[in-house]
Amino acid sequence: MAEKQKMIKVYLTGELFEVPEGSTIMMALEYAGFQLKQGVGCREGYCGACATVYREKGDYKLKGGLACQTVVSEGMAITQIPSVPAEKPIYDLNDLTPDVGTFTKLFPSVFRCVSCNSCTKACPQDIEVMDYIQAIIRGDLAKAADISFDCIRCGLCAMRCPAEIVQYNNATLARRLYGKYLAKKSPELEKRLEEIKSGKYDKEIKELKEMPHDELSKIYYKREIKIS
Amino acid sequence: MKIPYFPGCTLKTTAQNFEMSAIESAKKIGIEFIELPRWNCCGVVASLTSDDLMRHLAPVRNFLRVQEMNKQGLVENENRLLTLCSMCYNTLSLSNLRMKNDADDLQKINDFMHKEEENYDGNIEVVHFLSILEEMGFDKLAQKITKPLKDLKVASYYGCMLLRPKEVGIDDAEAPTILENFVKSLKAETVDWDAGSRCCGSYHTVNNVEIVYTLVKGIILDARKNGAEAIITSCPLCAFNLDVRQSEIKKDNPDFQTIPIFYFTQLMGIALGLNKEALGLEFNKIDAEDILKKKKLIK
Amino acid sequence: MAQIIKLKDKNTDFLEKITELSGEQITLCEQCGTCSAGCPFVSEMDINPSQIMRLVMLGQESVMDSKTMWLCASCFTCTVRCPRKLDLSKVSEALRQVKLRGAIDEIDIKEISDEEALKLPTIAVVGSFRKFTG
Ligand code: SF4
Ligand code: SF4
Ligand code: SF4
Ligand code: SF4
Ligand code: SF4
Ligand code: SF4
Ligand code: FES
Repeated sequence: MAEKQKMIKVYLTGELFEVPEGSTIMMALEYAGFQLKQGVGCREGYCGACATVYREKGDYKLKGGLACQTVVSEGMAITQIPSVPAEKPIYDLNDLTPDVGTFTKLFPSVFRCVSCNSCTKACPQDIEVMDYIQAIIRGDLAKAADISFDCIRCGLCAMRCPAEIVQYNNATLARRLYGKYLAKKSPELEKRLEEIKSGKYDKEIKELKEMPHDELSKIYYKREIKIS
Repeated sequence: MKIPYFPGCTLKTTAQNFEMSAIESAKKIGIEFIELPRWNCCGVVASLTSDDLMRHLAPVRNFLRVQEMNKQGLVENENRLLTLCSMCYNTLSLSNLRMKNDADDLQKINDFMHKEEENYDGNIEVVHFLSILEEMGFDKLAQKITKPLKDLKVASYYGCMLLRPKEVGIDDAEAPTILENFVKSLKAETVDWDAGSRCCGSYHTVNNVEIVYTLVKGIILDARKNGAEAIITSCPLCAFNLDVRQSEIKKDNPDFQTIPIFYFTQLMGIALGLNKEALGLEFNKIDAEDILKKKKLIK
Repeated sequence: MAQIIKLKDKNTDFLEKITELSGEQITLCEQCGTCSAGCPFVSEMDINPSQIMRLVMLGQESVMDSKTMWLCASCFTCTVRCPRKLDLSKVSEALRQVKLRGAIDEIDIKEISDEEALKLPTIAVVGSFRKFTG
């Protein structure tokens, strides 16, 4: 590549840097010399570790996104949020019932929702966050589990909530309760678990574990996903 | 008649008996409730300060759903939003009133209504099911009764939120008659009593249950004194306080004479000949079947 | 109980603030006492509703320490009876908001016992948190 990389100016945690155009926020941070010890994980938009807030030049909106997925723009002001302080009670699923009372017990703050929808606006996964919170409030855990399915627990919703609700921990509990108590049991899953336990796939798993990285990545991207 | 219907959170959980009996009773008289496709909790209590607009977002968001239902043809040209829960009725109505009376506030709310396609135009009317029945005519309701509630003495408990403040009350704040007219249309006997619109203690039930016990005792004693055999309500919070808290009073005072608490729609359902199963009587804490069996209204 | 009000403590800013927040012209109160007479919670209150009106009128910020505003359940009984068409439920709400906006909750939402949590209807929990937490 002979052509010179075009550079743009961005503010990283308040300081001005020049970074290559087209970089993601994460690339920009590293280019600028920040060593990321926190706020980074998969680099693929799956793990939710890299929550970041930013304002684009000339826009009043405070936006949220994943640093590994969001591309920088000229004049962007960026602050990474390496961790969101969260309310996270300890519970044993076996002691709980799949109903609204469990949330009154463990996450009473969920009932403070004012339906402002700020959470939905903040979600990088385009989840209707307010709708799953509302589903929880009316005890519809199946719906809450369904709506929140793609949540990667980045925490951006919780940062914007005027009611100080930690949406994703509520959603996680809803999905757990749904999975344990409400979801239809799958005989196929039971069967497969049995097979794994009996050692049917031990050989294949061993092979995968020993495979060189590029070969593994080749078969990973070649895999078929069946959506039923 | 198809009408947009806002259930409220409690009707989906502890007050399922209210919703079940209301939907089935309404069907019997030709009214179909169409639940809002997406709705959110109204907030229970109205926001009462001049600047606290954020808490009006929830009610107004529900009004947008009614506008959408009309556009999508789920209902035909129906700008009314029906509620069963008294507190939903009150909170939605008070917010609506503010939006209708204050164009600036309405504008602000519309500006802050994240992720909604359209603006609220201020044209929705919040109505309580009792008002719909009144409008239809209690005499008409009386004609549809197949099982008159003969000799059943029913005290009408309005509580606060159906009647006050006056701007949104469904009847006269001091001398209401709508519930009594309803009771008469079922051919039951009305009870003349003092406590019908006395507050039950409301949400204090969460952190100050003693106050609720005191108020509930007063209400039940007044009903007893005036010969009531059943009390009706249209509020799931009144119902919780009068029913569940009453049962706790009984537990601590074995001599305490309890009175069963019904949603008005449960008695309506019986009178319209619904099956017992459609009434959700098992959700009522104080035995509700006993008195009905005594009066030969259910088996 | 007789109470001595020290007028030198009069804080007109406080009166103005509550007037603005509540939207009620508090100084119009004629101290007839109708509100107190009909309030279902009056026996539990340390200062009755009409006294609250008088104290706010006189700019007495000490009312912030009273239990009255927290006991008022916005039942609107006084609202429909006041001869001056004043709405005390709004005055109580304004007083509560002054406290809650300082990020001080009146109740600890974690203090609900497990037994109660499983029993309480959503309507009670939402209502309580709206009135007692900021
Ligand atoms: S719901 Fe919240 S935590 Fe989950 S992905 Fe969306 S913003 Fe992140
Ligand atoms: S941001 Fe919080 S208060 Fe607003 S809708 Fe989401 S959960 Fe409710
Ligand atoms: S008053 Fe209740 S039950 Fe009624 S919607 Fe509002 S929160 Fe929920
Ligand atoms: S009677 Fe009790 S629950 Fe019912 S409306 Fe009044 S305060 Fe509310
Ligand atoms: S009823 Fe009205 S005028 Fe009378 S004391 Fe109360 S607030 Fe004042
Ligand atoms: S609104 Fe408040 S002050 Fe007025 S009567 Fe009801 S509880 Fe008492
Ligand atoms: S690093 Fe995992 S989502 Fe961005």
